[in-house]
Amino acid sequence: MHPAYSVILFTAASGAGYGLASWLALAALLGLLPAQAWAGPIGFAVALALIGVGFLSSTFHLGHPERAWRAVTQWRTSWLSREGVMAFLSLAVIASAGLVWLLDGQLAWWLAALVWLVSGVTVAVTAMIYASLKTIQRWHNRWVVPGYLVLALATGGGLALLITEVAGQGSALALPVAVVAVIACLVKLGYWRFIDETVAASTVATATGLGRPGEPVRLFEAPHTEENYLMREMGYRVARKHVARLRQVAAVGLAALPVPACLGAMLLDGVIGLGLAALTVGAMTIGVLAERWLFFAEARHTVTLYYGADRV
Amino acid sequence: MTSLPTTTTKRLGLVIDLDICVGCHACAVNCKEWNTGGIAAPLTDLDPYGAEPLGVWFNRIHSFEVGEGASGRTVHFPKSCLHCETPDCVTVCPTGASYKRAEDGIVLVQEDLCIGCKLCSWACPYGAREYDYDAGVMKKCTLCVDKIYNESLEEVDRVPACVATCPASARHFGDLGNPDSDVSRLVAERGGYDLMPELGYRPTNKYLPPRPKQTKAGCTGAPAALSPAPDEAPAGGVFGWLDRLLSKL
Ligand code: SF4
Ligand code: SF4
Repeated sequence: MHPAYSVILFTAASGAGYGLASWLALAALLGLLPAQAWAGPIGFAVALALIGVGFLSSTFHLGHPERAWRAVTQWRTSWLSREGVMAFLSLAVIASAGLVWLLDGQLAWWLAALVWLVSGVTVAVTAMIYASLKTIQRWHNRWVVPGYLVLALATGGGLALLITEVAGQGSALALPVAVVAVIACLVKLGYWRFIDETVAASTVATATGLGRPGEPVRLFEAPHTEENYLMREMGYRVARKHVARLRQVAAVGLAALPVPACLGAMLLDGVIGLGLAALTVGAMTIGVLAERWLFFAEARHTVTLYYGADRV
Repeated sequence: MTSLPTTTTKRLGLVIDLDICVGCHACAVNCKEWNTGGIAAPLTDLDPYGAEPLGVWFNRIHSFEVGEGASGRTVHFPKSCLHCETPDCVTVCPTGASYKRAEDGIVLVQEDLCIGCKLCSWACPYGAREYDYDAGVMKKCTLCVDKIYNESLEEVDRVPACVATCPASARHFGDLGNPDSDVSRLVAERGGYDLMPELGYRPTNKYLPPRPKQTKAGCTGAPAALSPAPDEAPAGGVFGWLDRLLSKL
C-alpha cells in the first residue's frame, strides 16, 4: 500500500497523544505529579495538540474535507466512522480532565479511568480500520491491534517522562516506560516474523480461477500501459534491503536507544536526566515513523494479483 | 446507509465467458463511453494526450497466460465490479455514500455524500473502485443502472453497455438470484465460478471457465484430414478440350 504521509503522521501523532494522556492520568492517580505542578495541565494540552494535529492531518488526504463531518454517521458498520465518533468523545474527555486538573488541582479516579478507556478504545478503533480489511492479510491479523496500542503507550510514555523531567518531578516513570518500550519492540518483532512467514490464501489462481493446481498463471498483458489509481494506491512495493534497514531503525528507535536512556534517566538527575528523556522522545519519534511507514509500505493488497503478483 | 440489505429481491449481475472473450477491449471502451455521460459522469481523464494519461475506467481487460508449452493458453479476463452480496466496500464506508440496493443488489456510490477517503477501494479485493482525483470522489461500475431501466430505450437496449457491445457475446446480463433465468442456467451448465471465494464477499458476477483445449486434429467433429485431389486430367467439357489442346502444343 502507498505510504501516505498524512496517515503516517496521523496514526503516529494521535497514538502518542493518547498514550501521553494515559500516562498523565496514571501519574495523577499515583501522586507522581503533585497538584500544584503545572506539568499535568500542560501535558494534557500537549496530548490534545498531538491528537488534534493527527486528526487534522488525516483529513488532508480526503477528496472532500469539508464533508468530513458526515464520517460520524455510519458507526454501526464502519470502523472509520467509529473512529470519528471516538475522536470527538475522547477529545471531550481528555480536555475535561485537563481542565479539572487545572481548576481542581487533582483528578478523580473515575476521570482518570475514563481517560484510559477513551484513549485505549480510540487507538484500538484506529487499528481496527486496518485489521478489519480482509484484502490485506498483513493487516488482517491479531498483531495489528496490540501493536498500535503498545506503540501508543510507548511513544506517549517517552513524552510523559520528558514532561515530568522538565517539571522537576523526578524520573519515576522511567522504569515503566522502558518496560513498555521493550514490549512494543517485541510485539513489532513478532509482527514482522508473522508477516514474513505467512502467505495469504488468495493467489493469482484464486483471483482468476484459472489453471489447474500446480499450473502457472502469469499476467501476459496488463489492461493499460500507464499507471492507474489502483496501481498508485495499492501497487506500492518496497525493496527488501530497505525493509531490513528500516526495521533496524524502528527497533533501535523504539527500544535499543530508549531503554538505556530511560535507565540512565532513573539514575542521573538534573540536566543529564532531562537530556536522556529528550533522547528517548527523539529516538521513539524516529522509530515510530519508520515503523508506520513500513506498516503501509509492506502491506500487500489482493488487487496486485491482477497486476502481476502471484501471492500477497 | 452502509448496512447491507439482508436479502435482495433480484440479484442483477454479469456472467463472463472466458472461453469466448477475445480481449478486444470493446466492452471497456463502450463502458467508458456510456458512463462518462451517465450518473457517475464524468469518468475523468487526466493528461489524456500526454505522456502519462491517468483515467477512471469501470471495466478493465487483463490477459493471462495459463499453463506451459503445448498446453499453455492465453485467457483474456475482463473485470468490473462484481456487485457482491456481502461486500466490505459498502460496510467500511464512514459516510453512507456507498450502498447496496435492496431491490436488485446493485452496489452504488452516492457521490455528493462521498468524502473521498478511499477506504472502500482498499476493502474491495477485486480493484473495482477507482478514485477520481479531479472530482475527489470514488467511482465504480453502476451496472448501467441508468440504461437497464431506461424506458426511453428500446427493450433490447436495456442491458449494460459492455454486454450490448461485446462482438463475441462473451458477456451475459440477468438475474442471478432467479435459478431459472438464462444466466443462472448458463452458470449451472458451464460450471460458473466466483473470484476469490475464500474472502467471503460472495460476488454476484460469475466467470465461465475456458473449455478444455482442443489439441488433436478432428476433435471438433470435422474430418481429421482431407483426401488428396485426384491427379488425372478431366475427360470432357471445356477443360477436357483445353487439356487436349495444350497437350498437343
Ligand atoms: S467487486 Fe468490489 S466494489 Fe464491487 S461490490 Fe464487490 S467488493 Fe464492492
Ligand atoms: S471514498 Fe467515499 S464511498 Fe468510499 S468509503 Fe470513503 S466516503 Fe465512502
